[in-house]
Amino acid sequence: MSSSNSARTRLHVVSGKGGTGKTTVAAALALALAEQGRRTLLVEVEGRQGIAQLFETEALPYEERRIAIGPGGGEVYALAVDAERALLDYLQMFYKLGGAGRALRRLGAVDFATTIAPGLRDVLLTGKVCEAVRRRPDGGGWAYDAVVMDAPPTGRITRFLGVNDEVAGLARVGPIHHQAQAVMRVLKSAETAVHLVTLLEEMPVQETADGVAELRAAGLPVGSVVVNMVRPPVADGLPPAGDPSGSDADRPVLAAALERAGLRGTTALAGPLLAEGRAYGRRLALEAAQRAELAGLGLPVRELPLLPDGADLAGLYRQARRLRDLEW
Amino acid sequence: MTDVASGGAELSEDTPAAGESPVLAVDPLLDDPGIGIVVCCGAGGVGKTTTAAALGVRAAERGRRVVVLTIDPARRLAQSMGLTELDNVPRPVPGIDRSAGGELFAMMLDMKRTFDEIVEGHADPARARAILDNPFYQSLSAGFAGTQEYMAMEKLGQLAARGEWDLIVVDTPPSRSALDFLDAPQRLGSFLDGRFIRVLMAPAKAGGRAGRKVMSLGMAGLSLFTGTIGKILGTALLRDVQTFVAAMDTMFGGFRARADATYRLLQAPGTAFLVVSAPERDALREAAYFVERLAADRMPLAGMVLNRVHTSGAARLSAERAEAAAEVLDARKNPAPDGMVDHPAGQDAGAGPGAGPGVGSGVGAGVEEDADRFASALLRVHAERMRQITREERMRARFTALHPDVPVAEVAALAEDVHDLAGLRAIGDLLAS
Ligand SMILES: Nc1ncnc2c1ncn2[C@@H]1O[C@H](COP(=O)(O)OP(=O)(O)OP(=O)(O)O)[C@@H](O)[C@H]1O
Ligand SMILES: Nc1ncnc2c1ncn2[C@@H]1O[C@H](COP(=O)(O)OP(=O)(O)OP(=O)(O)O)[C@@H](O)[C@H]1O
Ligand SMILES: [Mg+2]
Ligand SMILES: [Mg+2]
Repeated sequence: MSSSNSARTRLHVVSGKGGTGKTTVAAALALALAEQGRRTLLVEVEGRQGIAQLFETEALPYEERRIAIGPGGGEVYALAVDAERALLDYLQMFYKLGGAGRALRRLGAVDFATTIAPGLRDVLLTGKVCEAVRRRPDGGGWAYDAVVMDAPPTGRITRFLGVNDEVAGLARVGPIHHQAQAVMRVLKSAETAVHLVTLLEEMPVQETADGVAELRAAGLPVGSVVVNMVRPPVADGLPPAGDPSGSDADRPVLAAALERAGLRGTTALAGPLLAEGRAYGRRLALEAAQRAELAGLGLPVRELPLLPDGADLAGLYRQARRLRDLEW
Repeated sequence: MTDVASGGAELSEDTPAAGESPVLAVDPLLDDPGIGIVVCCGAGGVGKTTTAAALGVRAAERGRRVVVLTIDPARRLAQSMGLTELDNVPRPVPGIDRSAGGELFAMMLDMKRTFDEIVEGHADPARARAILDNPFYQSLSAGFAGTQEYMAMEKLGQLAARGEWDLIVVDTPPSRSALDFLDAPQRLGSFLDGRFIRVLMAPAKAGGRAGRKVMSLGMAGLSLFTGTIGKILGTALLRDVQTFVAAMDTMFGGFRARADATYRLLQAPGTAFLVVSAPERDALREAAYFVERLAADRMPLAGMVLNRVHTSGAARLSAERAEAAAEVLDARKNPAPDGMVDHPAGQDAGAGPGAGPGVGSGVGAGVEEDADRFASALLRVHAERMRQITREERMRARFTALHPDVPVAEVAALAEDVHDLAGLRAIGDLLAS
């Protein structure tokens, strides 16, 4: 929360309920950090090529590649981590066993490690991301000033990030044990912040609250809550929900006003319009309740508006500008 | 059906437009004694659990003996169905109207427990203990990709085998892709029965059937492989894995066979799939994939539930005209003489009962102005809703173009979440109307 803390954040993990906008927010955040002049790596780990789709480029190879340059000169690199390739890298890096890949694949071991056993896959993915965070070419400064991860959803994030604790417990000695501990050190340090994306709806907000509690219990650093797709108020001057005014007793008065607006058939319109007004009022009340719930989490809450035309490239850069001026 | 009789009648608002989908008749489906299983599939968050629960309530209140298998229901919904404990057995749902002779049971899937039960049911007690106590089993069994889908299918198979219910309504796990429900169990089943796990087991069980299989891969492969695994996993972990696999040996063949048996159950004529979707691009794209996949696998699709659709009782008033009318009203008050512009229109200051028109106030310019402001606000709310409806219709038209024959039941978006029996009945009414 304190700015001295967040100024040091180098790994931003973006999670949230499915479909709330994790990929979009992660990409916008990477652009925002680059605009602040930071050399940024945007990583996706779910093999869906969401970054390529968003930036309207061809599928990303398993290779860090520049996808944008900010006006401040900061660059955004992107990487789609592929679990299978990460496994082979890992074998090569730790055991000089790159050549074993074919034999392992024939036995179904690669499939096992990369699709059936998400625990093993998560070890590979978090390992790769932490490697990028810690990388110092030629022992000099950091390869990247910041790394932003488009992470798995809230329901899986604590297990995903904590998988190396489990591994360190299962493999109590040896290189695996040490690697697992090193990864956990990065993930639990003040260099890391887990941000949760949510909507102003009951289920995502509840899931966010549960996620924050789980992350905190696991000793993982929670950064902020990003409320996405916030709908701007459509209209002022409506009675609050539950107020007796705006009830059907108002029909004749409303019909008269609609008449003054030049509409016809106003008696038939009045009832449905009042019903829609009441539904709108209930939605506002619900949103207010969700905001209050989020405020109770004791985290910075950032809001991003609903983009009427969806999150296309133009919308993405607009969101990035909104995020740029915040403290991350 | 002959529509000739209605020819010449005035075009009413609900005359289906050309290219519109047929309507999914929900009540006949629920009442059909030939239908024993209804499966609700669809992309994440579209309303699968809500739909499954609503169908269960409705079918039960129409006289059928129903069990609903829910997966990860929202807490409040679970409570309202009497699902306070995860005990993996169906419990009667309180508050159901049983006057038609029906009954509703519900359960929440506990996947770890279901996995444990398979082990207990297929291994002798000593072996079962060895598996259940094994750290590898404990940390990984619940986490295998597809475990939830596999266990949902497994539970469905068990419920169907008990033969106690007329109708089983199945919810499916939250997953990005609706196809996972069909694919994941077989993937997991073939892994559990597969070569890799047998190879892992080989050193613990030298000379056995699996051991010979490994030998046939060649000694070089074997020594490289066990050496590699040992180095990577550490010998203690490898020992745990091997004990686990050896203990599971009795069950080999079983997982794949069980997944296959349930899959066949889903292809049988007594099963009806409903694909649930929201009128959004991603969800409808998933729904389309799913429909195609069901057809390829000859699985019986009953139709689509299009959930959370926005509607308007004033659909004749377009967004543009509503917006324009609102501007007329705003213009009426803006150039007003001094003093009147200052009326606070904000939600806080203007939100007292006086902000609504006509409530206990006399007749006068101020009242008329309040009424105008109120009407303008309602018109803008309506315009937003109409734009939303237009967007939804566009999304839906794409699906209809691809799959014009799939019957659709629309369910309107309620203003609030659904978490009690009354809410479920309301959804049921919308489904059937
Ligand atoms: N602020 C916004 N306004 C409008 N549309 C948005 C906004 N943010 C995201 N979207 C859209 O919502 C959809 C989901 O967004 P996105 O893919 O970023 O979510 P996600 O959380 O990464 O989803 P998943 O869980 O599938 O990975 C996309 O179609 C995206 O274009
Ligand atoms: N017609 C509706 N009107 C209003 N709210 C609805 C409607 N249908 C569902 N909801 C709400 O939407 C949310 C998601 O519904 P539900 O849990 O049934 O989705 P799901 O498809 O089972 O999600 P998951 O994929 O996470 O399992 C719930 O809060 C539910 O109350
Ligand atoms: Mg995504
Ligand atoms: Mg559900």
